[in-house]
Amino acid sequence: MSLNAFITEETIESDDEGPLSEKTVAVKDNISTEGVRTTCGSAMLESYVPPYDATVVERLKDAGATIVGKANMDEFGMGGTTETSAYGPVKNPVDEAHVPGGSSGGSAAAVAAGEADLALGSDTGGSVRNPAAFCGVVGIKPTYGLVSRYGLVAYANSLEQIGPIANTVEDAAALLDVVSGPDPRDSTTRFDVGGDEGDSEGEPVHPATDSNYAAAADGDVDGTTIGVVTDLLDGADERVVETFEAALDDLRAQGAETVEVSLDSVEHAVQAYYVIAMSEASSNLARFDGVRYGKSGGYEGNWNDAFARAREEGFGEEVKRRILLGTYALSAGYHDKYYKKAQDARAWVKHDFDDALEEADVLATPTMPVLPPELGESLDDPLQLYLMDANTVPVNLANLPAISVPAGEVDGLPVGLQLIGPKFGEEAIVRAASAVEE
Amino acid sequence: MSETSVDAEEVEHVAELARVDLADDEVDAFAAQFAEILEYFEALDEVPEVESDADLVNVMRPDEVEESLDQEEALGNAAETEDGFFKGPRVS
Repeated sequence: MSLNAFITEETIESDDEGPLSEKTVAVKDNISTEGVRTTCGSAMLESYVPPYDATVVERLKDAGATIVGKANMDEFGMGGTTETSAYGPVKNPVDEAHVPGGSSGGSAAAVAAGEADLALGSDTGGSVRNPAAFCGVVGIKPTYGLVSRYGLVAYANSLEQIGPIANTVEDAAALLDVVSGPDPRDSTTRFDVGGDEGDSEGEPVHPATDSNYAAAADGDVDGTTIGVVTDLLDGADERVVETFEAALDDLRAQGAETVEVSLDSVEHAVQAYYVIAMSEASSNLARFDGVRYGKSGGYEGNWNDAFARAREEGFGEEVKRRILLGTYALSAGYHDKYYKKAQDARAWVKHDFDDALEEADVLATPTMPVLPPELGESLDDPLQLYLMDANTVPVNLANLPAISVPAGEVDGLPVGLQLIGPKFGEEAIVRAASAVEE
Repeated sequence: MSETSVDAEEVEHVAELARVDLADDEVDAFAAQFAEILEYFEALDEVPEVESDADLVNVMRPDEVEESLDQEEALGNAAETEDGFFKGPRVS
């Protein structure tokens, strides 16, 4: 049986020669591909064909990659199991009775099953790291501003980054080398913080200008200080924690030092994340009115009726839930209570990470506090699903880079270890993660 | 101490603001779920005020005319068009 990893299987060849000439890549279906439909996992965009390529897709083509299809995903990225897709759930190739994680579940499943060498996902609150952990592959969430979001259909702009998924840390890092860099079409890519010296005239540059992330995968953790975030171990499955501890033992045996760090703010991170993400989603998804693209609501009645009809038909339940909760959080009388407090919590999380990263070179947590749920197990309780994101969302709130690398298995199901670095410290997390693979 | 309660009327009001029609059973299900989720969000009350310094600078460029999508491409995904424009439902 097929895993249902792809929504659209279509090969996009490249005429160029480059570092990815021999590689096949799966592209998450919220990343625009010129002439190839891009559904975002939603019935709303069932027949939407972008007239242009996302910047990352241009970069894949320039690097000689062959795109093999558009990967299945939770609708608009809203979910952690790939079960909210309008095109059916994806199976986890490691154990087909279980979910592959999400929202980039098709991307991770395609790589784990060998249906693509590499994949691109997007990570708003863990959507690259979560499926990488559940499928036993590697996923990187880059620092906000490292990779262009031009052509990524927006869910929550202030939180999301496109990130690579691969079988090894080195391959994921090599894909990051290809897609990272400044883009005049995305003003949140950073032109101003790269390097200590800047360019030849001393002008600041983008942090990826002189980077070589793949070369950092040298497995050398001797002398590296790893901060273990104790707050995020308390609520985790015991078997996950044991696997995590065993991976840390292994890193210590290779010369790394571990210290315990505590971040008081993280117990408010999930609430803050969902308030911010839902608020941004309610605004971003207002564009889907069925007029310029997407499912049409017809021409009967007034325009508000037509829009509301198009959106009832086009959106699935989780998307409606988040749009409505976001609208509620921003509505008169509630803005200060929810949205403003969430922004305070976000700033608090940033400060806490800055302090922790004074004491350690990188921070470590289990990527997911649980093992991959069975298909259908978790759909009925949205709040329980949100709580599954406890270890990944703080990183997005703080704009930091993080990687998930396989740490071992429990009962045949993969466990991921997450390493978090300082801003634009991708090389440090790639280096430490490559030692976990040793 | 929770003052969060969400009834069907409130869900319908928000759905109207968001321009999303809902079925009746969806309204009831959402009312129950929203009460639970909003109660969980209450914990944000404990968050202290935190100063945040935006670590961002404006990015400027010269305002020059460049190539862009042509009209046909821009209209390519619309359900209906007329005379090179998007056609939408009646405004009133």
